[in-house]
Parts: sequence; C-alpha cells; structure tokens
Amino acid sequence: MSITSEIALPSSKVKGISPNPRRNLWKEFRQSRWAYVFISPFFIFWLVFGLYPFLYSIVLSFTNRGLGPNVEFIGLANYALLFKDKLFWKSMTNGAILFVMYVPAMTFLALVLAVVLNSKRIRGFRIFRTVIFMPFIMNMIAAGFTFQLMFNERYGIVNNFLSVFHIPPIPWLESEWGARVSLCLLVVWAWLGYNMVIMLAGLQTIPAELTEAAMIDGASPAQAFLRITIPLMRPVILFSVVLSTMGSFNLFGELVSLFSTTGGEGPLNSTITPLLAIFNQTFTNSRFGYASSMAYVYFGIVFLLTLFQVRYFGGRVD
Amino acid sequence: MRPTIQFRRILSDGLLYFLLIIVCIFMILPFFWMLSTSLKPEAEIFRIPPVIISENSNLDAYRELIFNRGILKIVWNTFFIASASTILRLFFCSLAGYGFAKFKFPGRGGLFAFLLGTMVIPFSVLMVPLFILMLKFGWINTFYALIIPGAASAFGIFFMRQYISTINDELMDAARIDGATEFGIYWRVIIPIIAPGLTSLGLIFFMGTWNDYLWPLINLRSPDLFTLPLAIRQMIQATLGRPVFHMQMATSVISIIPLLIIFLVFQRRFVEGITAGAIRG
Repeated sequence: MSITSEIALPSSKVKGISPNPRRNLWKEFRQSRWAYVFISPFFIFWLVFGLYPFLYSIVLSFTNRGLGPNVEFIGLANYALLFKDKLFWKSMTNGAILFVMYVPAMTFLALVLAVVLNSKRIRGFRIFRTVIFMPFIMNMIAAGFTFQLMFNERYGIVNNFLSVFHIPPIPWLESEWGARVSLCLLVVWAWLGYNMVIMLAGLQTIPAELTEAAMIDGASPAQAFLRITIPLMRPVILFSVVLSTMGSFNLFGELVSLFSTTGGEGPLNSTITPLLAIFNQTFTNSRFGYASSMAYVYFGIVFLLTLFQVRYFGGRVD
Repeated sequence: MRPTIQFRRILSDGLLYFLLIIVCIFMILPFFWMLSTSLKPEAEIFRIPPVIISENSNLDAYRELIFNRGILKIVWNTFFIASASTILRLFFCSLAGYGFAKFKFPGRGGLFAFLLGTMVIPFSVLMVPLFILMLKFGWINTFYALIIPGAASAFGIFFMRQYISTINDELMDAARIDGATEFGIYWRVIIPIIAPGLTSLGLIFFMGTWNDYLWPLINLRSPDLFTLPLAIRQMIQATLGRPVFHMQMATSVISIIPLLIIFLVFQRRFVEGITAGAIRG
C-alpha cells in the first residue's frame, strides 16, 4: 500500500466517471474500509439492542406470548382488546392532562427565568442559575419520596405551612386532583432548571442588539420579550415542549415513589401513565404480547402528536 | 422624568429578585427537607407541627446504613455500573462519531439519518423485547444487563460527530504522513482533542445511569446487587407498611452527594453536554 493512497483516504471522492461502475463502488468500499471498521462496533450493538427489539416488538404484538412455552399468532386480537382497555386509555388521557397542567406554565416560566438571568444586571445570576438547575441531578426515587413526606396530609410541611393561613389540610396524595397537582409540582421542580438552561443557551444565539434597538425605539421590555425574543426562540421552545410532551407520558420513577402506597397508579388511577401501564402488563401479568401492542399504539400516538407540534409550531421565522 | 425611571427600575428589579428568591426556595426546600429528615430521630418525623431542624439531630441512620445495611456495597455497585457503561458508550460513540465526521463512505448519509430517526423511539417500545433478550442471554440479575445494552447511544453519536467535525483535517493528514495507523490517529490525535467533549457527554451518561431506576428494577433481583435508586425504594418494602423515612432519606442523601460534587466541579461541561442537542439540533 502506497503512502499516497493513505493520504488521499479521508476525503477521497471518486473523480470523473469510471467506465465500470461496479468496480468503482468496490473500490470505494475498499478505500473507506476504516470508516466501516470505526462505525461497526456501534452498529453491531445497535442492531442487537436497538433495531432488533424495535422490530421484534411488532412481531410480539401479534402473539399471545407470556412466560409459558405456548406462543401463537393471534392476529389483531391484542389490538382489538386494547381498543376496549379502559385503563390504557385512562393512562393516555392522564398523560394529556398532565401535559396541559404543567408544560405551558413550566415552559413560560423557564423562558422568563432564562431572559432574567441572561441579563448580567441581576446580581448573583450564576448562583441563581446553579440553584435552579440543581434538582435536575437528583434521581426521581429520592425526589418522589421526599415530596411524599412534604405533601403528607397530616405531618407534611406543606399542609402545616398552609394551616398558618387557616387553609384546611389538603389531601394531596389521596385525591385525584391533589395527586396530579403534587405530581406536576415534582416534575416542574425537577425539570424547570433543565429547560431554563436550554433556553439560556438559545438566548445566547440571539444578538442582544436586537432587543436593545427595539427598546431604544420605544418598546417596553414586555413588548420586546413578546415580539422579538419569543419568535426568535421558537425552535428552542419547540424542542423543550416536544421533550416535555414525551416526558409527561413517560413518567415512572416519580410515580412509584410519590404514590408508593398505590404502586404509582395514584388515587383512582389518576396518575397512571402509559409506561407504568405497559410495565404492569409485562411484569405483573406477564402478558408480553399484549404489552407490546400497548407500547406500539402509545408510540404511534405520541409520535403523531410530536409531528403535529413540529409541523404547526416549528415553522421558522424569517 | 429621570427619578421616576430610576424608581421604576428599582421596583421592577425588586420584583425580579422576589420571583427569583421564591423559585430558589422551592428548589432548595426538598434538598433541605431530605437532609433534615435523615438526621432526625424516627419519632420526630411525624410530629405536628413539623420539626424543622431537630435538636436531637444525629447520624444514627447513616451509621445503621453503613454498618448493618451494606450501603457501601450499593454505592460501589452504582458507581461501577455507571462508570463501566459510560466508558463503553464513550468509546463506541467517539469511534463511530469519528467515522461519520471524517470519512466519506457509501451509505454515510443514509445510515446517519436512519440513526437519528431511531432517537424518537421511546424506551417503552424496547422494554419488553429487551427483557426477553436478557432472559435468553441469561443476563438477568447480572451487571451485564445494565452495562452492555446501553452501549449504543444514538444521541452520543450525534454529539460526537458534531464535535469531531470541527477538527482540522490537516492534523490527521500530518499524523498519516508520520506513519500513524488509522486507529492510532483516533487514539493519539482525536481523543486528546475531543477530551472536553468526552467529559461533557460522559457526565450526562454517568448521571443518567447513576439515576436510572426502571432498567435496574427490571433486571436486578438480589438486594446485594442493587443500585442506589433501588435501595431507596427498598427501604419502604423492608418493613411492612410504613416506610422507614429517616433511613430512606439518608440513602437519598448518599445517592445525590457524589453527583452534587461532580456537578459543582464540572458545571460548565455539564451544561455544555445538555445544551448541545437542543441548540444545534
């Protein structure tokens, strides 16, 4: 092997049109063999632990596979059953309810905090940023149990604090809406800082002169925020909303710790999410086939929801 | 005119500080409550009104955890699994990221687009078949199940390709002329340059594995193999009925201290790893 061919290797393009295309492709493959060597360890693992399970899941969803040895193809029976599964649809609506409850508020608050802490005018902005981001590093089991303690109806610090204002004790963890509100508070607590940090990074790509110029022209800070910052931040806001959408259907650790007395499902199943429902079908009832069909329908719906968000809110502003 | 503007500015600044301080209290309160509960004698946890900081604060719960509940083994398990899986992932992702960033080969664009597409697949779709796969491999209740399957991270490749593509090709060409092997170039030229990026990505991976609950829950059965999040939950199942809150909170404190230190030391790299996907994507 000559040195010249080695040097040409990294960015070598086939020059001109060769009379024999097949030979040419082979040559290309040979020339870039190192690239294939470099990407193959990843792809081998990815095929086994990523693509294969993804496809195998479809096959499973058409079977009655459980822990037993008898596996039969049962066509669309799982899907027919799923269509009438009240608990599954409850888990889907729970995800949607949670989304409506916290995503708009959290996204807005994160954006406001990012704008405030982006201006160096606030003294100690670094400390504020650090403190607001800190909850992100806590595992959700620890956080969930801490919140369970704080939101306890009798002993919890939250109700005891509210009693100072003569507010009667609220059954946070024992009532449907109390459970949802405390869950939302936990999620916002954990993710607000993350979203703020993403928005801060986004703000740094916007030239500061734009808002300054608008303010000199007589716009109020609120107008500059609404007319300039929000439109320019649209891609970042969209990213944050899409992640939160997926997140609100995917809660698990938060649930089994905050609502440990009901296995995470909350009072009257008010907090069960699709992930928890799929988990229960898999590991409590050992219905692997059925759980797979649930996973696919759930994935399909959330995927369409995400596409919708990207399609209708993602248009670039020029 | 001037004084009013200044007055309004002070007022709006005051409002902003007020908002910030309220948010910060909300953020710190659970940390504080966790620590304070872990130090309380058990009887004081359920007192009305709640004891903010007990006069009888002690380290009994931590002592019990260390000497009788083998918490150090749990910490080691968590550390070992998180480190091993992070190193493996970083190796695979940087190697493949290098392949995608610096080589042109047939199928490059298609493969990469396909890879990015799979990032939208949620874990719940893979959970059942992966569990069956672990059963077949006989990896249930072993650390293999927690280290090996996560090695291929599409996000990691994406991150690494972006990072490596900013490196000047001349560095690699110079090494080639000096007679370096292709793998030698990756190992001796690329790796040192991308060390900051590896740190950022590694911190995200490490934290994710350290805090993961669902996958260890599915795979680990023996309590002596548990990771910290599983151990925290175990504190409620060990005694029937009521959870042992001071022990549980002590375990929680132990679970967050290493990450808190890492985060405060590497804050910048940490934030870099988190924002990379959002801004460039």
